[in-house]
Amino acid sequence: MVEYPGYPPEFWDSIEKVEETREKRLKETFPKMPEAEREELVHKYHPDYKEGTKRPVRVGAYKGQLAPHEVVDLLEAHALINPNEIDLDDVDYDVDILIIGGGGAAASAALWANINGVPADRILMVTKLRFGDANTKMAQGGIQAADKEYDSPIYHFLDVLRGGHYTNDPELVKILVTEAPLIIKFLEDLGVMFDKEPDGTMIEVSGGGCSRYRMHSCGDYTGLEIMRVLMDEVLNREIPVLEFSPAVELITDDRGQVAGAVVMNLETGRYHVVRAKATVIATGGFGRLHIQGFQTTNHYGATMDGVVLAYRVGAQLRDMDSVQYHPTGAAWPPQLAGQLVTEKVRALGAQLVNIEGKQFVYQLEPRDVVSSAIIRECYDRKKGIRTITGWGVWLDSPMIEIIRGEGTIEKFLPAMLRQFKRYGIDIRKEPILVFPTLHYQNGGIVINKYTQVLDAKRKPIPNLFAAGECTGGVHGKNRLMGNSLLEITVFGRRAGIFTSKHIKKVSLGKLTLNHVVRWENMLKEAKIRTKRKAPIILPDYRGDVRYR
Amino acid sequence: MIVLGRRTKGETPKEVEPRMVTIYFMGKAYQVPEGITIIKALEYIGYKLIRGVGCRGGFCGACTTFYRKKNDYRLYSGLACQTPVEDGMYLTQLPFVPAERRKYDINNVKPDVNTILSLYPEIARCVGCNACTKVCPQELPVMDAIQTILRGDLAKAAKMIFDCIACGACSMRCPAEIVHYNVFQLVRRLYGKYIAPKAKHLEKRVEEIENGNYEEQFKKLLSMSVDDWKVLAEKLQKGEDIVL
Repeated sequence: MVEYPGYPPEFWDSIEKVEETREKRLKETFPKMPEAEREELVHKYHPDYKEGTKRPVRVGAYKGQLAPHEVVDLLEAHALINPNEIDLDDVDYDVDILIIGGGGAAASAALWANINGVPADRILMVTKLRFGDANTKMAQGGIQAADKEYDSPIYHFLDVLRGGHYTNDPELVKILVTEAPLIIKFLEDLGVMFDKEPDGTMIEVSGGGCSRYRMHSCGDYTGLEIMRVLMDEVLNREIPVLEFSPAVELITDDRGQVAGAVVMNLETGRYHVVRAKATVIATGGFGRLHIQGFQTTNHYGATMDGVVLAYRVGAQLRDMDSVQYHPTGAAWPPQLAGQLVTEKVRALGAQLVNIEGKQFVYQLEPRDVVSSAIIRECYDRKKGIRTITGWGVWLDSPMIEIIRGEGTIEKFLPAMLRQFKRYGIDIRKEPILVFPTLHYQNGGIVINKYTQVLDAKRKPIPNLFAAGECTGGVHGKNRLMGNSLLEITVFGRRAGIFTSKHIKKVSLGKLTLNHVVRWENMLKEAKIRTKRKAPIILPDYRGDVRYR
Repeated sequence: MIVLGRRTKGETPKEVEPRMVTIYFMGKAYQVPEGITIIKALEYIGYKLIRGVGCRGGFCGACTTFYRKKNDYRLYSGLACQTPVEDGMYLTQLPFVPAERRKYDINNVKPDVNTILSLYPEIARCVGCNACTKVCPQELPVMDAIQTILRGDLAKAAKMIFDCIACGACSMRCPAEIVHYNVFQLVRRLYGKYIAPKAKHLEKRVEEIENGNYEEQFKKLLSMSVDDWKVLAEKLQKGEDIVL
């Protein structure tokens, strides 16, 4: 192995300042920001409010609304397939429920459909990479649920709304928080190894924007542990999964109902027709679109495919202008640039400090507030550290060992410790250099409480369901830590339950791709001239070394 | 001043053209910038990856890579998204790990070694060669975990290999042909479901929710204005309790 030397010498003056102020800071808590000040900071510094980064959508249900250029580019793109080249009479897979996606929402939907009586061989999961290669696995920090005496789903509800600046869909939030304990119980019964006290009490920590300690975790592999257990159960139940076979277009029938999807075998390039009575979109978010050129924490396949597909059959979207930048992406070493430094580091006590070793924000404000504060500290006040890729501020991780005892990092943050150790940085002894990174799609497809996808008139699109990051409403314009693992398991479950009932009422007509023809006409009418095609399935990094 | 000790100071990164190194991907030589990860190097030379790539953050185990180095007989293994290229590296990525997985019903198994031996009897063939441990990119005590399972201590084993990302490197090297990560998945679920103590407060809360205990409060809450919510939410932030 090449020995990587850790931080370069020009960082060390600053690191020494961080060490000098540490003792004093250990006794201090930076004051929480008042509501008005938070709003002002976010409006001034959050990338969502940067001018020239968005434009209105010109076609479809979301017409007239602003979204980042990278998103609009795909919403206004041509279909990937030519309807004339697909033989819809040649049905390759005929099932009751088609689930598009291979992450936690998709796996939950499959499991709960099966639990509710749909035979495994009447369900089909299709996914673009391997089953489980999804952002779910990368979620390190935890999953929220108000399950302790001092806490209440009511409190959780109010925290979620406050975090989302009160733009959330309250009905969906109520479901999220009241079903949270049920989901934790379900996962515990499946054998998920939550961090517990010897008597079984869940070890729960705080999270940004949370008023109570309700973050459940499994070390810093929480998402990995939940995902692999869900996967294991799906495989035990022998629910079929088609890997390396992304959906590239939905199929509709001659009565205008959604009736399955066209999937592409990425290795052979062949298209396959899946007919289904219910179709669940659980494709995750858009991190790999690198909005505004930001690095991302997201997995390789996070390209917003599901939103594109749903949009062409008339789905309404919401809050697509709102992007979550995780405040603490790695800023050093350059090989890790943009990678997630879990919020748990801050929840365990690490403070954010500038080049002079001074705190500039309470570390557990909601994510958009912390991100904005870091950007202000660097761009405006010039109190960040300059690196070859940009800027960074210090996340003082050694504080965790001091506050909670030696060995805490190894026990609760083994993934982080390992990642940085490879590059010669020992986060138990040295602070971590961080900068905001593109993390989460706050908005998405509009759904109702049955996970039915809604159109511009808030009417359900027949037979189409969606769950997880591809949907909007639950988090409003900003998601709190620990609510995404919760969202996918809660709403994935609901998708499974409601589709299992829904399919009993469905009869399908003749399969068509009429909506694609209609879409092409709409593009023409809107005078949109582009060569772009969507979904893009995977980002193209050939010859490009910027992004990880 | 609190200093917890540190490593030696590194070198100043220079903003000059990166030094190029030669790597051999499936036998072909390519020049790539030094220090970038194997995944980035493959994209740099023109591959649009489909297999052998996943989360790109060291969590999913999709990009298992085997390699040798110049003047070195050893076979190395690592995650392509986490391993920087080195001059003279010969490498290939595993597109897939052929592995047998045995079906079981989690509600109908006993949390003991016999369950594991009946599903995966081959673990008894472990010869203690430690080849698995040597290739683990997570630096887990793989062989020790298998031996711990054989001794019947599932609780200990589950914790030893909790950080497994199922990359399969161990299983490709094992002379006893054990598929470690499937065995470990079973062990962890047995521990999580049967051996770890249950959270009693969770059970209580689930019962309360199923009894509809919060419905009345939610009814009130949902009829309130955003301004009311704000007042309540800020109270909670101050640590105060609220009653509806």
